[in-house]
Amino acid sequence: MRTTLSSLALIASLLTAAPAHAVEYTQFQAAKSSLSFVYKQMNLPVDGQFKSFRAKIAFDPAQPAATKAEFEIDLASIDAGSKDANDEVAGKAWFNTKQFPVAKFVTSSVKPLGNNRYEVAGKMSIKGKTLDLATPVTVTQQGNSASFDGSLVLKRADYAIGDGIWADFGTVANEIQIKFRLVASSK
Amino acid sequence: MSFPDSLPASAYTRTAIGLHWLIALALVGTFGLGIYMHELPLSPQKLKLYSWHKWAGVSIFLFVILRLVWRLGHRPPALPAGMPRWQARLAEGTHHLLYLLMFAVPVSGWLMSSAKGFQTVWFGVLPLPDLLQKDSELGDLLQQVHMLLNFSMAGLVLAHAGAAIKHHLIDRDDVLTRMLPFLAHRGAKQ
Repeated sequence: MRTTLSSLALIASLLTAAPAHAVEYTQFQAAKSSLSFVYKQMNLPVDGQFKSFRAKIAFDPAQPAATKAEFEIDLASIDAGSKDANDEVAGKAWFNTKQFPVAKFVTSSVKPLGNNRYEVAGKMSIKGKTLDLATPVTVTQQGNSASFDGSLVLKRADYAIGDGIWADFGTVANEIQIKFRLVASSK
Repeated sequence: MSFPDSLPASAYTRTAIGLHWLIALALVGTFGLGIYMHELPLSPQKLKLYSWHKWAGVSIFLFVILRLVWRLGHRPPALPAGMPRWQARLAEGTHHLLYLLMFAVPVSGWLMSSAKGFQTVWFGVLPLPDLLQKDSELGDLLQQVHMLLNFSMAGLVLAHAGAAIKHHLIDRDDVLTRMLPFLAHRGAKQ
C-alpha cells in the first residue's frame, strides 16, 4: 500500500514537473568535454587529443529528432603524442592547418536507438573534403547537464590526412579510433 | 661480481667468442643507427628505423644476459704473465664497465621510450611494460642519459679495441688472437 502510494506520488510529481521543466541542453561546456584519439604507429597504439574545439548543441530529450548540433575542431590544437608529431601533422601532408584550420561536423539527423542511445548522422568536413558520417551517441543526463559520449573509427585516407610519403598504412594505420565526450547544460 | 674459483681456462670457449663478436657487431650497428636516425626529419622511414633500433637494443640486452651467464660459468683465460699490475687492473675495470654499460645502455633507451610515450614492442610482437609514465621532461632527460651512456661506451670500446691491437702489434702476445682465432691460424701459416 505504501509503495503504491509513493509510486503514485512519484508519477504525479513527474507528470507535473515534466512540462514545467522541459529541458533543452544548449550550453556547451568546453572544460568538461574531451576529444581524444588513438592511432597505430608501427602497429603500436599512440594516444592523442585535440585541446580546442567548440560545439553548438540544441538537444531536447523529448524531441531528439529536432536536435541540431555543430561541432568545430581547431586542428592546430592537436597533441599527437610528441612534439615532432605535432609539428608534422600541422603540415601539408596531414591537416595542412594553415589552409584548413578547422574541421567541422554538422548533424543532419538524430534517431533514437533506445536506452539513451541515438544514431547521429551528419557531414564531416576536414581538409576541404566533406563526407557523410554516422555514429551512435550515448546521452547521460545528470543534474542540469547532459553528456554525449561516443566513439568512431575514422579512416584518415578518406580525407587525405597523411598524404605523400605517409599514404602507405605500414607505419601509420588508416583507422583512427576517435573518442568524444561533449557536455552541454540547460539554461 | 664473483666468479668460480676454478683455474683460468687456457682459451675462450667458442660460445664466448661467438657472443663477443655478435654483440660487438650489434652494438656498433645499433649505435651507428642511433646516431644516423635521430637527426632525420620525421618520416615513415624514421619511425621504422626507430623501431628497428629498439628491437635491436632489446635483442642485445638478451644476448648480454646470455653472455654474462656464460661468463659466470666459464672463466676467461688469464692475462699474459708479466703484464704490469696497473694494466691488468685497468683491463679488469674496463671489462666490468663494459658489462655494466651493455646493460645500462639498452635499459636507458627503454626508459626513455617509456617516458616519451612510445612503448617498446619487441619485433612488433612482444610488448615490454612501460616502467615510466609519459613525461616529456623526463623523456628529454633520459635521452641525454642514453646519449651520455652511449658515448661513454663508445669511448670504452675504442680503448678496449685499441688495447687489443696494442697487445697484438707491440706486445706480440695472444690477447687479440685468442678472441680472433683466425688471425692466429693465418700467422701460423705464414
